[in-house]
Amino acid sequence: MPEADLIKAPIERPADTVIEEGKTVGVPFSDDPKFQLRNVEVFYGETRAIKNISLDIARNEVIAFIGPSGCGKSTFLRCLNRMNDSIENCRIKGSLLLDGQDIYDPKRDVVELRARVGMVFQKPNPFPKSIYDNVAYGPRIHGLANRKSDLDDIVENSLRKAGLWNEVKDRLDAMATGMSGGQQQRLCIARAIAVSPEVVLMDEPCSALDPIATARIEELIAELSESYTIVIVTHSMQQAARVSNRTAYFHLGHLVEVNDTSKVFTMPEHELTESYITGRFG
Amino acid sequence: MPTSDLLPLVLLLAAVAYGLAFIRSRAVAMPLGGIRNLKALPVYYAARAALWCAIPALIVLGAWATFEGKVIQDMVMASLPAELAPQSAGQASLTLSQISNLAAGKLDPAMVPEGISGAATLLQELREQSSRFKALLVILIAVLGGTFAWTRIAPHINARKSVERTLQRLFFVSAAVAILTTIGIVFSVIFETVRFFGKVPVTEFLFGTNWSPQTALRADQVGSEGAFGIIPLFTGTLMISAIALLIAVPVGLLSAVYLSEYASGPVRSVVKPLLEMLAGVPTVVYGFFAALTVAPFIRDLALMLGLEASSQSALAAGLVMGIMIIPFVSSLSDDVINAVPRSLRDGSLALGATQSETMKNVIFPAALPGIMGGILLAASRAIGETMIVVMAAGLAANLTANPLDSVTTVTVQIVTLLTGDQEFDSAKTLAAFALGMVLFMVTLLLNVIALKIVRKYREQYD
Repeated sequence: MPEADLIKAPIERPADTVIEEGKTVGVPFSDDPKFQLRNVEVFYGETRAIKNISLDIARNEVIAFIGPSGCGKSTFLRCLNRMNDSIENCRIKGSLLLDGQDIYDPKRDVVELRARVGMVFQKPNPFPKSIYDNVAYGPRIHGLANRKSDLDDIVENSLRKAGLWNEVKDRLDAMATGMSGGQQQRLCIARAIAVSPEVVLMDEPCSALDPIATARIEELIAELSESYTIVIVTHSMQQAARVSNRTAYFHLGHLVEVNDTSKVFTMPEHELTESYITGRFG
Repeated sequence: MPTSDLLPLVLLLAAVAYGLAFIRSRAVAMPLGGIRNLKALPVYYAARAALWCAIPALIVLGAWATFEGKVIQDMVMASLPAELAPQSAGQASLTLSQISNLAAGKLDPAMVPEGISGAATLLQELREQSSRFKALLVILIAVLGGTFAWTRIAPHINARKSVERTLQRLFFVSAAVAILTTIGIVFSVIFETVRFFGKVPVTEFLFGTNWSPQTALRADQVGSEGAFGIIPLFTGTLMISAIALLIAVPVGLLSAVYLSEYASGPVRSVVKPLLEMLAGVPTVVYGFFAALTVAPFIRDLALMLGLEASSQSALAAGLVMGIMIIPFVSSLSDDVINAVPRSLRDGSLALGATQSETMKNVIFPAALPGIMGGILLAASRAIGETMIVVMAAGLAANLTANPLDSVTTVTVQIVTLLTGDQEFDSAKTLAAFALGMVLFMVTLLLNVIALKIVRKYREQYD
């Protein structure tokens, strides 16, 4: 595209760029995969929301999903712990393996899957219960504590890991809904890690928070990345650059590029990725 | 011209005023360069003209129609010769009905005294005059009002403001009508209740255990002292309501859970209206279902089990009433369960909770205050229900805890006290108002509690 045209049309969308279906540039595969996802397609009724995506998510990596709104990154994320099950008309095709086992095997126990693959949502969603009961919710359901003192330990550890212990240790009986937005989101993270998952999925965890709370969560993600596999959907490219090892760029249901985060933000291989990260659209 | 013809005429005039004012306001605006040069849109000038035309005319019409009869009556009575002038209120009403029957041609003039037939002629004349004046006055006011508004169609006058103000008042009046009616009902009940407590002590009424409201009509009649203890009625009401709620709450709640959490879209869209139809069945239909099908069935069943059972039982009425109020519980619970944010549901499911665990641990506690509101509404409905009880539970005021016995309720007794030929100043009929008052207090209390709970619910997660 000549320089002069760019000036005339600064927000031109490269809609005419043809995306070859199922073709992802970069390094989508891994030697030590936690998730092996092959030819994944998601339909909402007749609409094909995810178009033939293949990707590996490596053990203990932090991978960021970026892309313009409606590109399918959240839909794809929700396939990983079958949260799409509760949506009517939603069908999933392809092979999705967690540690070599099919996630969508009809015989698969969803409860066990979700205990291993936890999730944090866009909007903080603490239950209208006490702080203690919020964190203890998962361990109680899965029978993780035999004694009250065990449960107390799990709650304390989870809150410590989420960096919330010092702020709430004196008011564990207070309603969780009375906390600030940032605290609520950290509580939701504590709640998710209280069941000792192997993977934590985060769907735009900071989009409802202010910059200070966001910085706090990002620190937390860095700490958690030592023991968990983390998949994070984000609209903020700076956030993706700060917290992730690898970045996957989604566009209109296609997975366009997957590369090391530093590579994506310095030398993107695909022209759509480049347009997006340079802010030409999205 | 009678009022029934004047009313449409005034409305017609208002419509004409509307049309003319609309045309004129456009005509005024055009030379100025379009309607944007008017302070308000043409419809506002038109609406103001219609309001000016209709409202004063209707007020005058209403006032005239209200006082017309009384004024004419007084004038006729005053015209009667001294020897025919009535001595008592009873005599006066007799004379009046004679006069008006004569005027209507239902009575032969030969059968009444001279003075009466003269009064009848006067009555006829006065009525005709009044009718004529009324029509003239109303039409005149309508036309004058319309004309006044017509002269006020000018670019610098803002019709929008006055129309808005008038409409605001109209809405206020509509709201006031409902409130004033309620207040009126309450006062009429209070008034009669006070009269009742003049005859029967409050303590006997509230704490007596014997209900037998038959009082002697004549001094020489045997027995029938009359006993007005409401305890048996209240235990009856409570028992039947409790049985009904025992049916309706579990069934209604579980069906609400099914509808909101498990049923697929198509199933839900069929089942929900079907369930709500239960509330639309007339209670008298439930009543004969209870009396002819359920009650005999219960009696036979009880006899088979070797239990003593009356053919009319509290159980039969309670069961059928329970079916009737299921939709109150299920429909409202369904709504509040759906109102629980999806994010809470997702949060619980994502932690590995099953659907029923999510229901029990998260959704149900969050929706509980709203569900309680629905249950209280159902309870008020059960307490106020009459027809099913009349037909299925009987009229005997038994003080019993056995649901197979026949019992009666407060509402049923109100009905039996006031139906048929009754003296309206005996303790028996006045007791109905006292019962109504107590019932009103109880349901009011329930409603206040329900409102409180609903308000608390609103603060939950917003």
